[in-house]
Amino acid sequence: MKILICISKTPDTTAKIAFAENNTKFATDGVQWIINPYDEWYALVRAIELKEKDPSIELHLINVGSADSEPIIRKALALGGDEAIRINSDSADSFFVAAQIAHAAKEGAYDLILTGKETIDYNGSSIGGMIAEILDLPFISHAIKLDNEGSDSIVTREIEGGEETNKVSMPLIISCQKGMAEQRIPNMKGIMGARTKPLKVLEPIECETLTSIVSFDLPPAKSGVKLISPDNPEELVRLLHEESKSI
Amino acid sequence: MSVLIFIDQAEGIIKKSSFEAASYGAQIAISMGTSAEAIVVGKTQDDLNKLGSYGITKVHYIEDTNIKNYDAQVYTKIIGDAIEAIGATVIIFSNNTSAKAIAPRLSVRLKAGLVSGAIALPDMSNGFVVKKSVFSGKAFAQVSILTAKKIISLNPNSFNIIKGDGTAEIVAMAANVPSSKIEVTAINKITGEIPLGEADIVVSGGRGLKGPENWNLVTDLATALGAATACSRPVADIHWRPHHEHVGQTGLAIAPNLYIAIGISGAIQHLAGVNRSKTIVVINKDPEAPFFKAADYGIVGDAFEVVPKITAAVKKLKDIS
Repeated sequence: MKILICISKTPDTTAKIAFAENNTKFATDGVQWIINPYDEWYALVRAIELKEKDPSIELHLINVGSADSEPIIRKALALGGDEAIRINSDSADSFFVAAQIAHAAKEGAYDLILTGKETIDYNGSSIGGMIAEILDLPFISHAIKLDNEGSDSIVTREIEGGEETNKVSMPLIISCQKGMAEQRIPNMKGIMGARTKPLKVLEPIECETLTSIVSFDLPPAKSGVKLISPDNPEELVRLLHEESKSI
Repeated sequence: MSVLIFIDQAEGIIKKSSFEAASYGAQIAISMGTSAEAIVVGKTQDDLNKLGSYGITKVHYIEDTNIKNYDAQVYTKIIGDAIEAIGATVIIFSNNTSAKAIAPRLSVRLKAGLVSGAIALPDMSNGFVVKKSVFSGKAFAQVSILTAKKIISLNPNSFNIIKGDGTAEIVAMAANVPSSKIEVTAINKITGEIPLGEADIVVSGGRGLKGPENWNLVTDLATALGAATACSRPVADIHWRPHHEHVGQTGLAIAPNLYIAIGISGAIQHLAGVNRSKTIVVINKDPEAPFFKAADYGIVGDAFEVVPKITAAVKKLKDIS
């Protein structure tokens, strides 16, 4: 069985968000890059757990990005990926990225394709669904549990106000979120081993883009907190009722 | 070239966020000089006529016994066919879990550019540019949709419902329903709770509450306010509260009208999940807690003393009004 895990490079969760070139580009100065947490903590770690139960499973990683992505790809290999593919291109838009991954996925004949539920930079939540439509495969989004039973995947996903468990025959695409697995830290053996694991670099296929980012801006700063005395918390309720009209 | 709004239902009842999407779509239709129409997939228990008061002139109602459960692949085919038949050029979703599965598929199927997480009406003065939330609510991007057909998925609680006195015509629509490849084996509904993603008011607790046994502070206030409950990441990680209550960068991102944080210091990752809330109240005994910088109202004090008084004051207010 082969699992493909899609990993994206995102700024660290504590990175300062600022923009350059007349607010058209994310300012990358001093930014630490990480594997998108949803891709790493949930999709990748759950795939590793499945492999620990069944060592015959092959874990392949895929990233659409320039050579700058290689440190995060090596980290994913150190955590437990077997080999990786990097599509050598900046991500133009979600459709472009999905088309690149779908193309490589078709070549690799994977049983499962896992993504995070969204990236923490563009928050599109789009890649998994787009790959699924291109490949005409079922897609389960916001999954919180995943197990395999023979040729079926048993996937629990979050629905509004609860959970739903689905049985789907592979191949399929799943987007993963909290609950699926716990964050891991690569060990020294993993880090050493990752250096020699295969990392294949492929050129992108030709593909149009459907959207483009015109500019960015930052939300206006809050005008400042209005402090209320702890001896008179009833005043808060009055303000929420009469001033902000929240209650 | 109409605007088509996908109306999402929970057990046959139209979700509040769908009325926001309807109002939003109706405004776009006015700007484009066209009509706003809605599509309802699956049997409804609700009165579809009322969509008229949100600016919808026609409701395409697809009720087919073959639509058994929610499967994005099936819904995408049905909605995609309907869009072709209706001739809609702008398609609106509310950006919830269903939309996050359907809209990307539909984008590929129709070769229609998708902006998910939109927070404002599109600017059509130069192309078609939609403002969306990026970097987990820490910034916004203006995204241009380059294709003839366009899909927008609107963030819940980011567009005010506009109500008028229009009426909608309801048209039954036939669909060719493909068989689903997904078998639903279990549904586990959390009853008696208000779903976090759609809540107007959210009361949230952090490690400052010292233990799960003290959560009545949060739940009592939430009950008094008719609010949903939430928690910070450490609280979910140490299993004081269930994972689905975790709000923040790696949990759920929410945008209620009022967010009350009790005993949460306000790490940047937590703020990323709640900073789109209209009004933020922070109760923390540490005056240096970073959350106060992002708050509208704050109380520096002991939650164990302050919160019960707030709950009592809310109950008193509700009794009067």
